[in-house]
Amino acid sequence: MGFKPFVTTALAIMGMAFAAQADENAKLVIDGQTMITQTKAPAFVENLDEIYSGWVFRSDETQALQLDDFDNPGFVFLDQGIDLFNTVDGSEGKSCASCHENVEDFAGLRAKMPRIKDGKLQTMEEQVNECRTTRMGAEPWKYSGSQMTAVTALISLQSRGMPVDVAVDGAAAPFWEKGKEIYYTRYGQLDLACANCHEDNYDTMIRADHLSQGQVNGFPTYRLKNAKLNSIQGRFKGCMKNVRAKPFKEGSEEFKALELYVASRGNGLSVESPSVRN
Amino acid sequence: MKKTIVAVAALLLGTSSVYAEVIAPKNVVYQDGAVSKSLTGVAGDPAAGRKAFLNRKQGNCLACHVNSDMADQPFHGEVGPSLDGVATRWSEAELRGIVSNSKKTFEGTIMPAFYIDSGYNRPLDKFAGKSILTAQQVEDIVAYLMTLKTE
Ligand code: HEC
Ligand code: HEC
Ligand code: HEC
Repeated sequence: MGFKPFVTTALAIMGMAFAAQADENAKLVIDGQTMITQTKAPAFVENLDEIYSGWVFRSDETQALQLDDFDNPGFVFLDQGIDLFNTVDGSEGKSCASCHENVEDFAGLRAKMPRIKDGKLQTMEEQVNECRTTRMGAEPWKYSGSQMTAVTALISLQSRGMPVDVAVDGAAAPFWEKGKEIYYTRYGQLDLACANCHEDNYDTMIRADHLSQGQVNGFPTYRLKNAKLNSIQGRFKGCMKNVRAKPFKEGSEEFKALELYVASRGNGLSVESPSVRN
Repeated sequence: MKKTIVAVAALLLGTSSVYAEVIAPKNVVYQDGAVSKSLTGVAGDPAAGRKAFLNRKQGNCLACHVNSDMADQPFHGEVGPSLDGVATRWSEAELRGIVSNSKKTFEGTIMPAFYIDSGYNRPLDKFAGKSILTAQQVEDIVAYLMTLKTE
């Protein structure tokens, strides 16, 4: 990829063994479908020329797990998602499937989320909980709990391979602006912004981690680290804690706006859910 | 703990009348990014500094810097420049300034300021009002950096 060639050369000379550069020739083909893991950055992303899926920066072993759904550990949870989708819950005696006969009908939705609905910014998790509380008479699921991630992964899988295409203007504009501001604000005792790591320093090693652009096209993501599916905002929380900042709450206006902004930076990359990361 | 070290050091130096004062983060004086006065008045310990440099909860300097003196350690970061020979490039006062608050030397840098206790946004409660490193840890790390010379 050729960023920071100089540091890498120095490292090579010193004989330190780590694969610090992304292999731009690696191809993510799942079930015969080629994913777009690298493309031209949307015009509104001022400081990047190209955007890359986080997959590009993972080790060969981690990358391989996503090539075949039988190897992808995230699929265990998709089976749970299918069960939950068909399970009756709440006072109305309904399951998701009572109203949404074919889960395939959700094709295309993930690529557009979060979105504006009735003047409000809505995430996938909020849509699911809206159906649960107002249409099923059921308790909302925990924002990043295992039931929620299993079902959002099932819904997101229906859009796999489609390019992310989140709306950034019109009614979305004020939310997008707010998300952008948060993206460039430094937080925590370490005083770092998302942009310091994921824009200024992607494709470099930060101790044992190979920094990506922090894209969300692969969410929910199966992480080897915690062996479960992880939500977008759960990941944001982790990154904020790592800089010793008090994270915003999942489902907060701040995190929703940030999710919209970060998702839009990936416009053009394929939806990869459920992706595999370390 | 810190008090004892200071007291012991004072005794060793035979200057029992001068009780070394720790300079609080807000009182550190920077001149073009450099800090000439020791933050504690107690000489830094390079061995302790080497440990604090490595420790992920303290300096964690290796997260961003290559350092050949630690070639036995895995995972040297590449975000910042290699620190090999850093004492040949910078004076002790400059290094103290860079470790305490690198933003005074490198405007807008990603490198955290290790000796400030305010001015950052939304710190987790347990870190609020605190600096990442103690004054003595800064001195120890500076003493360690001073050993990284190229001949
Ligand atoms: C009683 C019927 C009903 C049940 C049960 C129900 N939904 Fe819905 N759902 C709807 C309706 C109606 C809409 C469309 C709402 C609108 O367009 O404003 C919708 C919309 C959605 C959407 C957005 C679809 C789109 O393309 O915009 C998703 C995703 C969704 N539901 C998921 C679920 C899940 C998951 C469950 C189970 C936890 C569930 N729903 C249960 C009726 C239901
Ligand atoms: C100190 C550097 C640092 C900062 C600051 C930081 N992150 Fe991260 N982030 C990481 C590392 C390291 C990883 C794991 C490797 C990778 O994918 O970059 C990561 C991973 C991610 C991922 C997962 C990417 C994927 O492919 O699954 C997302 C999303 C993300 N970060 C978003 C953010 C957001 C949003 C912010 C700001 C609130 C932020 N990060 C701040 C270091 C950082
Ligand atoms: C988040 C990454 C990061 C961490 C952590 C970090 N640094 Fe840095 N450091 C940098 C960057 C980047 C620079 C280059 C200055 C610039 O232009 O921003 C730098 C520059 C330096 C320099 C000047 C080097 C030269 O030769 O010009 C020294 C000395 C230094 N750092 C020491 C340290 C020490 C000691 C620690 C741990 C207490 C540390 N750094 C932690 C990123 C980091």
